[in-house]
Parts: sequence; structure tokens; C-alpha cells
Amino acid sequence: MKAHTDKTYDVQLDDLRNKLLSLGGKVETEIATCMRSLAERDSVLAEQVIAQDREVNRMEVEIDEACRRLLVLRQPAASDLRFITTALKIVVDLERIGDLAVNVAERAIDLNQSPPLRPMHDLTKLAELCQKQVRAALDAFVDGDVAKAEAVIKDDDLLDSVYHNLFSELLALMMEDPRNIRRANSLLFVAKHLERLGDHATNVAEMVIYMVRGTDVRHPGSRNSKSVPP
Amino acid sequence: MNETKIEVQKLNAWFKTTHALKDVSLTVPKNTVLAIIGPSGCGKSTFVRCLNRMHELVPGARQSGKVLVDGQDLHARRVDPVDLRRRVGMVFQRPNPFPTMSIFDNVVAGLRLNGIRGNYDEQVEKSLRQAALWDEVKDRLQHSALSLSGGQQQRLCIARSLAIEPEVLLMDEPASALDPIATAKIEELIHDLRATLTIVIVTHNMQQAARVSDATAFFYLGELVEHGPTEEIFTNPREPRTEDYVTGKFG
Amino acid sequence: MKSLGLRRGVNWAMTALCALALLVALVPLASLLWLVISRGLAGLSWDFFTSTPAPVGESGGGVANAIAGTLYIVGIACLIGVPLGVGAGVYLAERGDGPLGGAIRFTAEVLSGVPSIIIGIVAYALVVLPMRRFSALAGGVALAVLMVPTLARSTEELVRLVPRSLREASLALGVSEWRTSLSVVLRTALGGILTAILLAVARAAGETAPLLFTALNNQYWNLRADQPTASLTVQIYNYAVSPYQDWHDKAWSAALVLLLLVGTLSLAARLLARNRFR
Repeated sequence: MKAHTDKTYDVQLDDLRNKLLSLGGKVETEIATCMRSLAERDSVLAEQVIAQDREVNRMEVEIDEACRRLLVLRQPAASDLRFITTALKIVVDLERIGDLAVNVAERAIDLNQSPPLRPMHDLTKLAELCQKQVRAALDAFVDGDVAKAEAVIKDDDLLDSVYHNLFSELLALMMEDPRNIRRANSLLFVAKHLERLGDHATNVAEMVIYMVRGTDVRHPGSRNSKSVPP
Repeated sequence: MNETKIEVQKLNAWFKTTHALKDVSLTVPKNTVLAIIGPSGCGKSTFVRCLNRMHELVPGARQSGKVLVDGQDLHARRVDPVDLRRRVGMVFQRPNPFPTMSIFDNVVAGLRLNGIRGNYDEQVEKSLRQAALWDEVKDRLQHSALSLSGGQQQRLCIARSLAIEPEVLLMDEPASALDPIATAKIEELIHDLRATLTIVIVTHNMQQAARVSDATAFFYLGELVEHGPTEEIFTNPREPRTEDYVTGKFG
Repeated sequence: MKSLGLRRGVNWAMTALCALALLVALVPLASLLWLVISRGLAGLSWDFFTSTPAPVGESGGGVANAIAGTLYIVGIACLIGVPLGVGAGVYLAERGDGPLGGAIRFTAEVLSGVPSIIIGIVAYALVVLPMRRFSALAGGVALAVLMVPTLARSTEELVRLVPRSLREASLALGVSEWRTSLSVVLRTALGGILTAILLAVARAAGETAPLLFTALNNQYWNLRADQPTASLTVQIYNYAVSPYQDWHDKAWSAALVLLLLVGTLSLAARLLARNRFR
């Protein structure tokens, strides 16, 4: 990629990109850790997630500030403008992913206090899928890779179907034995959080496509009619 | 979409042996503002100066191609450039009021020197109001034009252009010598003038182009690289050269 | 690196040298003024400004006819020289980049270098001989020829000083080119051109040589263009070369009058120039 005439501009943009990547890395770890806390019935891990999320929140504020500074001082245009506005949006998604990981961690602490329910194969699968989606979305962002971003958007359907299977399975468990309701309900929340988390990964992927191509792929048909070319 | 006001077809311009404009074709719809951007020496000033045939006044300068205003070829030999310039006004980079004339005389200079008689008082007030200068100068119309500040002088020059009631206004970096407040006033003026005029503005300041124009044309080395809605040029240009220019990756 | 003290010393010495040069240059001017004023002041009286010259031996008499004659001849010179000079200057500035402009500029340069006495001879050959008499007109023509080249060059410079942007502003308003030259460009340069005219007039009023064979001289009042006419310079010359002490005194007084006239014109020119830039 061609460098800006003013090299310090490039330095500032790179700095923003690195901050976003490091934030992405942190939320990926959060997802992995909260799922391990659930699988290994280790509440200490869950506490770690909750603690680490404060760092994530701090970074969100920092990235917001970096974006505002670039907007006002550089008045970016074209790809720079799209990169910075994308950064402003995906930082929100990443922070929400962190929050959801915290929610899962809180459920894990709760669940770890009662005996385990039956092993949930689909839950593991859902968690793996989520991690994969988040990582793929971040990779797409780093590489400006539209194909990878499109794959993330497509794979969200897969994630949804796993979630629906899990939902039915947990519902069946609850009807089987009312004593299961409390734990199954908690697991249902965990599943729901993971499903939402996947949606945020999809948002990131959509913004990556906008950033690269300049076209908005969200909510087809809802945008103002494109201005007529001269 | 408005009807076409200016249609440029395969416009070429030369300074002696330098080919300053190469096959430029574009259209400007009525009552819109077209901004011309590009690095120094890209031909953007030459382009607007071709539109009112000021280009041909430079010794050794030539131009070819067609410029149609309302479908009428104003570059045909039989058309007097003097008539063309009454329809296509121009405002320059540096404020250039006539130093020997009063504010009043400056506004009516175009009428008087063209031998047009009439009620100058009315025309002066109207033009100065249009140029958003009336309230500042109404009590000192007989003062020298040089007693005004730079920004006021530039608005006086705009009023002077408006007094002959042109249909098109060409502006060659009209705010580049002005401070931000004077610049903002000129920009606000451009928004208002769009109601009655079609405007082509050359600017070095990309934010200014973004603020005032409906469409933007990017010139580079005498070529029209890209021409499209302003929003698109600044958020998602099609041409890599435009992208490099608007993001500051030139040179 | 030189020491600060040394540099200050050199600076002081050079400043002193420049001041000295200025003083030396002022000596001739001051002595000239002193001489003319001290010798001429005594002879100045109301009579001197209002009477025609008295015959030799008679006391009194003045140079009234010579003052009027100088103004008259210079007036004729202006009528001929100013339109030609200014017109040529405007042409040179606006269209003078071609071969014709070059030729005009070259001619003007040569003409301004021609000694004024030769211009007098030419006017003698071209005006006096065909008319078979000396005349104010011939004097005016000679002075006009003297004024034209300097006026043309200074007008050209002044018109070129008018910013291109003003011309463009006018043309962009749909004003024709000749109207632009006249109403915008010339009008803007007018103050400077008036100054240039005054300086040319002052210079012409001080010329003697071109008038010797053209306007000649006249002891009496004359305001007819086809008659010999007195002028201050020729009058001074005649008085000065005469053998009479009385006339020598009159020459000094007339010289003082001429100095005052030329000085006033120069001063007016300077005031005009200053006003222009205020």
C-alpha cells in the first residue's frame, strides 16, 4: 500500500490498527477462557475473564479517542475515512463480545456451584464456531480480505442452526425433569450469549467489506437510492 | 436530475507547446456546484479559464473542443467572447476590486463599461445583498473599494460579477487568500447562489470542495481522472489516483 | 568568526563613509542653490514678474514675456507630446511584445539619447525652414520630441505595473479589450502617468538648446504660435552672454525664477506620487 506524503499520518493509522488487533486478541482470549471455565468447572478462570474485561473497556475508550483525534486532525478521506469509521464501529462490537464473554463467565461461576448436567456436545461446537468466527472476522479486517469476511457472514447461518439444535436439546432436558430447569436455563443463556457473540463477529465482517469496497452490505434494500452518476 | 447547463466535449488546451488539458469531457447540471480539485499545474485553472475563453488571452495559448452552454456552442468563432463573458462570470483567486473606484462604482463597473444604463441604485443593492455584503457597506458605498477587508473585497468582486446577471459563475480558488471566517462566508454564499446560478469552483482545499459542491472532478496532469458525486469522490473514489490524492499519498 | 567589536567597528566606519559620500554629493547642489539665490534674489521685484525686458542701459524691466513664453511653448509641447508619448507607452505595454513594439522601444531609446541641440536643429529643418520663420510652434515641436521617448517609457512601465488581475477582472465582466485598456488599466495608472508628465514638463522647461533655433527669442509679448517667442532659458542665455553687468544680474534673477518654476513642478510631481500610494 502506498504511503502517505506525511509519514506521521501512517504511523498514527498503524497505531490505531495495532490497538484494534490487540483488543481483538484480548476478546478472543476471553471467549476461550470463559468456555474453559465452563468445561473444566474452574471458577478462577471465570474470575480472570471478568477482570480482563476491565482492560477491554479501557482499550475501547482509548481507540475511540484515537479515532476522534484522527478525524478532527487529519480530516481523512476515501480509504482512510472508511478505515477510521470502520474502526469506530467494530470497536463497539469487540467490546460487546467482551461483555458477552463476561456474561458467560458469570453463568459459569453459577453453574460450577451445582453438579454438572449432561455433557453438551453442541455447546462445545457452538463455542468453537464462535471463536473461529471472531478470529476470521479479525483476520479479514487485518488483511482487508473481502472473501474471508463474506465467509464469516455466510457461516453465521451454521452457527444459528447449531444454536437452534442446542435450544431444542435444552428444552427437552427441562421437560424431562423439572430439577434440570435451573441449570438448563443457565446453559440456555450461555448459548444465547454465544449466538449474539457470533452476530457481532458478523457485524465486524460486514464493516470490513464496507471498508475495503466502499459498499454497504448491511440490510439490503434499506439504504437511500444511490445518487445518480453524472 | 437537472437539465444540463454546461457541456464540455473533448476540450484540449495548450500553452505554446505544453498540452495543458487533454480531451476533457464533462457536463454540469443547472443549479449545481462543480468543484475542480487536483495538484498545482494539473490544468484545473486552465479548465475554468477555457469556459469563459479567458485562456485564449494568454499569448501562445490555444484551445480546441466544444463548450456548450444551454446547448449553444460558445466557442464557435462567430460568437464574440465578450458576449460569452457576460453570461459566464468569473471570480479570481485574489480579490481584485478596481482600486480607483468606489464600492458602488465597482459593483456597477460591468454595467457601466458595457454601456448598460438603468437604475444602478437598485442593481447595486440587489447584487450586494446577493453577495451578503450589503449590511456591511450600505453606509459607505462611496468609499474606496480598498477600504474593505480582504474577505469583503472578495465578496465585492462576487457582487460585481453578479451585477451583470450571469448564468454561470466560475470561481478560481476564491477563498485561498482569505481567513477561515471570510472563507466560511464565501462558502455560505456559494450555497445560496446555487439557487440561481450554476457554479464551477477550483479549489486546493479538498475539505472546501467537499463542503460546497454537488459534484467533484479530479484533474491530474491535464487529464480528467475522475468526475462524480462529491460524496463518492471523498468516501469511495473509483480511480487509484483519486484515492491517492484525496488521502494525501501524492509526491 | 570575527569579534562582535570588530564587526561593530566596520559597520560604523562604512556608515560614516556613506554619510561622507552623501555630503560630498550635496556640496554642488547646495552651492548651486546658494549662488543662484544670493545673486538672483536682489533683482527680484514685482516689476520683474510683470514687465517686458528693458533696453540696455535703462533700469527696470522684467521677464514676464519669457515666463509666459516658456509656459506657452511647454503647453504646445504637451499638446503634441503627451498624447503621443502616453499613447505609445500604452501600446508598448499592452501589445508591445512583437517586433513592432521592439522597434518602437529601440527608437525611443535612441531618441532619448540624442543631444537636445540636435533635436533643435531637426525642428529647425522640419518646421522653421518650411514656415520661413522662428515660432513658438517650432519650439513646442522640439520640446515635444524631447518629451515623447521618456514619457513613452515611463507610461509603459506604469501601465505594466497595473496588475494583470485588474485587466482580467474587467475582461471577465465582458468588457471589450479597448475599453478595458482605457477605463481600467489607464485609469489605474493615471496618477503615476500624471507624475511622469509633470517631470517631463519640468525637464522640457529647463531646455535651452532646442529653443535657440526654433522659438528664438522675443523682447515683446507674444502669444501667437507662428511668431518667435521668448523663453526663460533663452533669455538667461542672452543676458548671460551679454557684456553688461546689469544684464548679468538679470540673468541670475531669471535663473532663480526658472529654478522656482522647475522646483515647483517637481514638488507637485512628488506630492502627486505620494498621494497615489496613500
